[in-house]
Amino acid sequence: MAMEMVAKISESLDVAHHAQLAEFLTALGDDALILGHRLSEWCGHAPQLEEDIALANIALDEIGRANVLLMYAGQLEGLNRDQDDLAFHRDTVSFRNLLLVEQPNIDFGYTLARQFLYDVYALKLFECMGGSPNPFISGVARKAAKEITYHVRHSRSWVLRLGDGTSESHDRIQAAFDELWTYTDEMFETSESIHALIEAGIIPDGFLRLRVDWNVFVTDTLTEATLVVPDQDQFMRKGGRSGQHSEHLGHILDEMQFLARSHPDASW
Amino acid sequence: MSTESESPVWEVFLQPKSGKPHEHVGSVHAVDAEQALQNARDVYTRRGEGISIWVVQANNITASSPDDAGPLFDPGDDKIYRHPSFYTVPRGVRNV
Repeated sequence: MAMEMVAKISESLDVAHHAQLAEFLTALGDDALILGHRLSEWCGHAPQLEEDIALANIALDEIGRANVLLMYAGQLEGLNRDQDDLAFHRDTVSFRNLLLVEQPNIDFGYTLARQFLYDVYALKLFECMGGSPNPFISGVARKAAKEITYHVRHSRSWVLRLGDGTSESHDRIQAAFDELWTYTDEMFETSESIHALIEAGIIPDGFLRLRVDWNVFVTDTLTEATLVVPDQDQFMRKGGRSGQHSEHLGHILDEMQFLARSHPDASW
Repeated sequence: MSTESESPVWEVFLQPKSGKPHEHVGSVHAVDAEQALQNARDVYTRRGEGISIWVVQANNITASSPDDAGPLFDPGDDKIYRHPSFYTVPRGVRNV
């Protein structure tokens, strides 16, 4: 994709914050990229034609968001890499996505449980980032929040339908939430870079309240869906934000990066 | 694929822009009205086709039968005086 941006995000910020923000935006971009690819695996396999199109739509929204976030991250890191370089020419250890989003689809309920947990996090996160004084960040965040509002509506309605549906759908999605819950703590991890960006006012300090907002929304929905909210105090899996991924990410990247690596500099 | 009884057909009407009537664009399968609305949004409005959606379960629509077409619509065919173009407007009349 050609880089035809007139203004660059790197010109809007003190150089002291470039690396910190590049790290942060790479993490958010990788979340969207990997989840988008996971969801796209449903294309042609969803239980209904309409749902097939819905999941593909959401996958495209995620990948569109990854495109912008990684483009900004590339401009900020100053290594002359664009979003395609970042997506297709990094190895697993350089990816910063949450472990949650690389987990396999398993079944429809599992996919929608994963999607719901992520959607609520992403909605709260981008709503918060919409208040950033930096026009590049607030611009991409407000657009993202708008599309994620619909994604939440979609995944939430499936959580209600499957949770409060048949005993099989209830048991399956409950089991999915029980397992996926151990990946949720990682969403609220902070780093030195994040604290520095909050202190500099680039990320609004509402970021530190995301866990509370997320918890209220998720608890309300699971309760309404007659599901048990898993225990907060249990072993939590972490590592995605520092490049320690589950084996699943390697398989996604194999498939996703194969073409671009076999034909470097090809355009289509 | 789900069966017809689990997931009935809903007819989708889309308003292309403000002030225009909602027009029938197709149908979707869905288990309830909210899902029908979401499915209609995903299937029919991906490229900015509309600003408002109506969905109605197909079995709530009462339709005329093809067999009735003769009795219902033929009488209109030979009454050309029902068309405004049948009448010549007298000279000097400005507002009809």
